[in-house]
Amino acid sequence: MDKTINQKAWFLVLPVFLVVAFSAILPLMTVVNYSMQDTFGNNQFFWNGVGWFKELLDPSTDLGGRFLASLGRNLFFSGVILAIEVPLGIVVALSMPREGWSVAACLVILALPLLIPWNVVGTIWQIFGRPDIGLLGYVLNNIGINYNYVSNEIDAWVTVIVMDVWHWTSLVALLCYAGLKSIPDAYYQAAQIDGASRWAVFRAIQLPKMHRVLLIAVLLRFMDSFMIYTEPFVVTGGGPGNSTTFISIELVKIALGQFDLGKAAALSLVYNLIILIVCWVFYTVMTNAGTDRPAKEGAA
Amino acid sequence: MHSIPGRRVIMALFLIFLLLPIYWLVNMSFKTNTEIVTTMTLWPHAPTLQHYKRIFTDESWYSGYINSLEYVVLNTIISIAVALPAAYAFSRYRFLGDKHLFFWLLSNRMAPAAVYALPFFNLYSAIGLFDTPWAVALAHCIFNVPLAVWILEGFVSGVPREIDETAFLDGYSFPRFFIKILVPLIASGIGVAAFFCFMFSWVELLLARTLTSVNAKPIAAVMTRTVSAAGMDWGLLAAAGVLTIIPGALVIWFVRNYIARGFALGRV
Repeated sequence: MDKTINQKAWFLVLPVFLVVAFSAILPLMTVVNYSMQDTFGNNQFFWNGVGWFKELLDPSTDLGGRFLASLGRNLFFSGVILAIEVPLGIVVALSMPREGWSVAACLVILALPLLIPWNVVGTIWQIFGRPDIGLLGYVLNNIGINYNYVSNEIDAWVTVIVMDVWHWTSLVALLCYAGLKSIPDAYYQAAQIDGASRWAVFRAIQLPKMHRVLLIAVLLRFMDSFMIYTEPFVVTGGGPGNSTTFISIELVKIALGQFDLGKAAALSLVYNLIILIVCWVFYTVMTNAGTDRPAKEGAA
Repeated sequence: MHSIPGRRVIMALFLIFLLLPIYWLVNMSFKTNTEIVTTMTLWPHAPTLQHYKRIFTDESWYSGYINSLEYVVLNTIISIAVALPAAYAFSRYRFLGDKHLFFWLLSNRMAPAAVYALPFFNLYSAIGLFDTPWAVALAHCIFNVPLAVWILEGFVSGVPREIDETAFLDGYSFPRFFIKILVPLIASGIGVAAFFCFMFSWVELLLARTLTSVNAKPIAAVMTRTVSAAGMDWGLLAAAGVLTIIPGALVIWFVRNYIARGFALGRV
């Protein structure tokens, strides 16, 4: 099914273009403007050229050191949660009941964490993990594990990671489940006749069919974990020390805390650029993965 | 063949893992603060509704919920309304710059909210929308419109092109075809897209908090401010948290049959 070329389609796209341009391009211009200037309050601005960018990429300065450290923490965090959530999500999707009311029940419970406001997710884990009033903290401390996410860096990290696994594994699971559901029964019957093992079925049938949704899952999870802000902010506030300060937290500290507009803007642009590049890589991979289905080509 | 050995155990363990922290929150919300701080009880021994009562009678609390719902609904309506025609265009036509435009939209879904917090603050203050639900609703469009376009494009592509052609041959004008034929055909897709717009607007805090101060303050911001005033009122915090879960749970129930496909953004 080839798409027809029709330039009038632009009229249909125009509203979206206007709305998103209003929310994206205008503010981004402000950011670009700020990133080249320095301010000493009173709305006085001074031209600073690429000074902030130089400082940002130089680890020996305060700004550069903070940026690179938080970038490293963020990449590590994204790596860890992808390594946990993707396999776990696949396992959960494969464990879904096949039919009956339990399917709907499982789906609803799985989706529940996704619809909780992010600061409430933080609150839930704060309450759950506190050694004095939280079930988790209380139990851990009583069986002899000294656990306190407020003062211990490792505990803080574990809490933030477990919280993210709790919050987002369902997304991966639901995506994989959608992929699995689209496999016709005939495939399984054929595999049974061939005497394929459980593992062979997974490798040859289920994994290829989940390929596209898994890409979406990895893309969404990478992006969202890369810009995570609210949940760790509520639970640990970026601490203890700076041990769980991710890029977004650092950025908000600089922009809205210190009102260092120039630095914040430069950091924003570099941050955005990283995201844009990663996004482009995924987009290209996804579009190429879709070429075996010509109907989706181009737009998908 | 669909599943793996021990699946019931795995599923049960995972669901317990998901529900346990939520249970603890609900548990807390029914306890008095003395019970929370002094004892460790698995269920409320002296159940109380005092926290809920406070939220429903204190205007600064319940207006937070109303404000949140206001901008979430506004945002969902705007997003779906502008995304529908665009989704049709992306699905059916090829036009100058279509791929670039689609990528640009997608990249906005991925843009970190922290980057936009300050510029949005300046922008909406300048045009006099600061501290209104419109500011938050428009700001949330930056990630919800691209998402809605993406989801709806998948669903529109699932409608055979012959249906369009037949309708036009039958003398339907484009707007009439759109409303009378296409929209009913992708009704489930619209439901799913609306669900996602609702979800992402409902859960977002950073922008919502930055763009409001008094009149349009969302419940999430009310929670962060009031609670720290006089020590930690854990019971009240928990009760407010429980109440924020309810709208989401209701919405899931309505779209439960489409959740799986919806999460795949209409692309399975």
